Amino acid sequence: MGTDMLRNHLRNAVLAAAALAGSATAHAAYDVDILPPGSPIARQIYDLHWAIIWVCVGIFVVVFGAMFYSVFKHRKAAGAKAAHFHENTTVEVIWTVIPFVILIGMAYPATRTVLEMKDTSNPDLTIKVTAFQWAWQYDYLQDGVKLTSFLATPRAQIEEWERQGEKKNPDYLLEVTQPLVVPAGKKVRLLVTSNDVIHGWYVPQLGVNQYGIPGFVKDTWFKADRPGTYRGQCSQICGKEHGYMPIVVVAKAPDEYAAWVKDQQAKSPVHTAAAAPAGAAAAPAAAEDPNRKWTLDELKAKGGEVYAANCAACHQPTGKGLPPAFPPLDGSKVVNGPKAAQIALELSGKPGTAMASFARLSDSELAAVITYTRNHWGNKTGEAIQPAEVKAARK
Amino acid sequence: MSAAAPAHDHGHGHHDDHAHAHPTGLKRWLFTTNHKDIGTLYLWFSLAMFFMGGTMALLIRAELFKPGLQFLNPEFFNSLTTVHGLVMVFGAIMPAWVGFANWLIPMQIGAADMAFPRMNNWSFYLVVPAAILLVASFFVPGGAAASGWTLYPPLIIQQGIAVDMTILAVHILGASSIMGSINIITTILNLRAPGMTLMKMPLFVWTWLITAYLLIAVMPVLAGAVTMLLTDRHFGTSFFNAAGGGDPTMFMHIFWFFGHPEVYIMILPAFGVVSAIIPAFARKPLFGYASMVYATASIAILSFIVWGHHMFTVGMPAAGNLFFMYATMLIAVPTGVKIFNWIATMWKGSMTFETPMLFSIGFLCLFTIGGFSGLVLAITPVDITLHNTYYVVAHFHYVLVSGALFSIFAGVYFWLPKWTGNMYNEKLGKLHFWLSVIGFNLAFFPQHFLGLAGMPRRIPDYALQFAEWNMWSSIGAFIFGFSQLLFLYNVIECIRSNRKSEQMPWEGADSLEWTHLPTPAPYHTFETAPVIK
Repeated sequence: MGTDMLRNHLRNAVLAAAALAGSATAHAAYDVDILPPGSPIARQIYDLHWAIIWVCVGIFVVVFGAMFYSVFKHRKAAGAKAAHFHENTTVEVIWTVIPFVILIGMAYPATRTVLEMKDTSNPDLTIKVTAFQWAWQYDYLQDGVKLTSFLATPRAQIEEWERQGEKKNPDYLLEVTQPLVVPAGKKVRLLVTSNDVIHGWYVPQLGVNQYGIPGFVKDTWFKADRPGTYRGQCSQICGKEHGYMPIVVVAKAPDEYAAWVKDQQAKSPVHTAAAAPAGAAAAPAAAEDPNRKWTLDELKAKGGEVYAANCAACHQPTGKGLPPAFPPLDGSKVVNGPKAAQIALELSGKPGTAMASFARLSDSELAAVITYTRNHWGNKTGEAIQPAEVKAARK
Repeated sequence: MSAAAPAHDHGHGHHDDHAHAHPTGLKRWLFTTNHKDIGTLYLWFSLAMFFMGGTMALLIRAELFKPGLQFLNPEFFNSLTTVHGLVMVFGAIMPAWVGFANWLIPMQIGAADMAFPRMNNWSFYLVVPAAILLVASFFVPGGAAASGWTLYPPLIIQQGIAVDMTILAVHILGASSIMGSINIITTILNLRAPGMTLMKMPLFVWTWLITAYLLIAVMPVLAGAVTMLLTDRHFGTSFFNAAGGGDPTMFMHIFWFFGHPEVYIMILPAFGVVSAIIPAFARKPLFGYASMVYATASIAILSFIVWGHHMFTVGMPAAGNLFFMYATMLIAVPTGVKIFNWIATMWKGSMTFETPMLFSIGFLCLFTIGGFSGLVLAITPVDITLHNTYYVVAHFHYVLVSGALFSIFAGVYFWLPKWTGNMYNEKLGKLHFWLSVIGFNLAFFPQHFLGLAGMPRRIPDYALQFAEWNMWSSIGAFIFGFSQLLFLYNVIECIRSNRKSEQMPWEGADSLEWTHLPTPAPYHTFETAPVIK
């Protein structure tokens, strides 16, 4: 690392120390308990945790009491003379049997909760959760709503290698472009799977932590007690951006939820988070007309947004990538080569690498982002890829 | 540690001055078949790897000092967590115990050496290239394996050549462990002195005998798992790829069938060491020797049927979750028996608190706390909300650092006089203990709270509500890390000093290496087996 970088690190460290000295108590979050439960299962978990903690406290008092009594009383310095006993069958049987009985007492309520957690029958609605590197896709199987949920925290707040980061949002790293919206008080069944590697859909306050395993669908469920926002994160290491894959669940009152579904269906098909800000600028219906001819500038503008949301984490905003895992696009042979090959690559991914299929993006989004990469940084093909070309290449 | 030889070379040895000379210098260490030399090599190697893994830990804690990315990029961070785990497990803790086994088992059972001295040499010289492969994998394109030490596919399949180096390293380490285990089992079963019946062996020998069986049972399982990874990566198989009829979950089952006994491989010898030290400093025989042996065996057997508790979130059927919960809770029973026995050993003793005893009591207190968090995690529903959070990180550091590592320190201070002939500096030993206890608890106790608040492990950056406890954890980690330099100093200072140890530095020690051998132990011991009455 250069001396500049080193200096920056030092400065950051000094700033951090100063900030600590000034504000350690101002907004300290010295929580020591499980988060307040937001679902019946989470409530049971909370109670089980406290039950086992009290068991531990009881054993702690006995064990540590005996040990420290002995440490203070039976020390040579206090004139203690060593006894010579070295076994006592009665005592040994007692301290084998008592823990066993305590454990049976704990196992009973835990078993009830396990069985309840596994009971996914009779849900009020079912949502398929598909994890991919590095975001979540939610398919509302009954209502036909489809959401993709990316990290919403700007990179400028995260990356502090070379300068002090921007002031962090209150929900830094726990905010998403589109939350999972569910009705409060209803049993929501989740079908969890993954497109690439193992991820974990983890929202502690709802009592859910379920791996998404590629090629398999596992189910779980929750029922949010009341309207509110519940936050969580990916719980299983899934590559570079594992720490940047949050989950936000917004529980709405049932009538508000119904209105939200209607609203989503009107906007349908909504595919990605990036479509939302883009949709605000252009008329959404027109944006999805497959036969509309787009200008190069329109494509590049939309493509930049799609790139930032889907591609920049690996290939970097600079297009330089992070070789060798994530190759550069600036000057890339694929990006500067025949467009058909690049379209095919976007649609099917590249097996054996981190490059996943992006077929879940809409035709216009793919057309835009391909156009963007082919006409940005040092790449100057001058080609405008139309959504119709992507549509034709699908399947 | 290496001063056993100078003591001999300079003629301080007592009754070991035979005619046949052994090579000196580099050749001595390269070609040695002497169990004490090989023990010394293992211990120095382990110490080097401990500092290597510790440096990685401090880089991790530096990045986690505050939210945001200040020092490391996320990919490198993931490599650090992965290799830190592998290096500490396979490079630091396990070789340290093999070093203890080499030094102590022949002396404690009255044998002249290990059963297969040349294989012993080879076992050690296999771990060196494996360690080089692991560390060198940082410098190949793509960086070191970044999937966590559990190496789960498909993530591991995506990564570069470093993964192949890691797999090769695991294979080599496995071969070394199996050879070492065969050697230890054969030594214990065949080379005991006349009258040294199994139920008279020191508990350290017993725990290693059981550990060696565990190693032989599970190292081939791990080798099988990583071989399947290798063929999935390069030869088109689909063991763990659903598209080809495989299942990523199968890797987890196989890995943890190895992984859980592996945890006991690291902790059982610790039980043996503590069972030697507490009676010595309480000046009172170990309470419940027989039940200690049975408890160790029960823990070893149970360790084969609890692996699923690492997988409560994969979506096993309810029956699976319940079976693994009950089996896991059962482990608390024999573990509790051990804790109670140690306390009963202290009870009505006449205790003094030199460094080995301090580390043993530290072990007893903190390992018990690790046991409590283990009990919490055994409850399946609670585990599900804590799975892969910092609570789990806190739990296994309480059992592996204040469990295995503290008892390694206890053992080193306890046997340094026997190994080197010199006494360590008691004041500095105690300072090392107190700094370690304070640093360790500051580093790891707050991690329980982070886990309860839902902070996942293996993330380079975190939400703002986790900032305070992370800051304290990092401060604690740096205190703990830098106090280990004091340990290095203590060991070197002890070897180089002229503070000759008494023949019997510890009043209450009663195993053969103390009662039947001079201090320092000569290069060759028990060429004529002692007779045990």
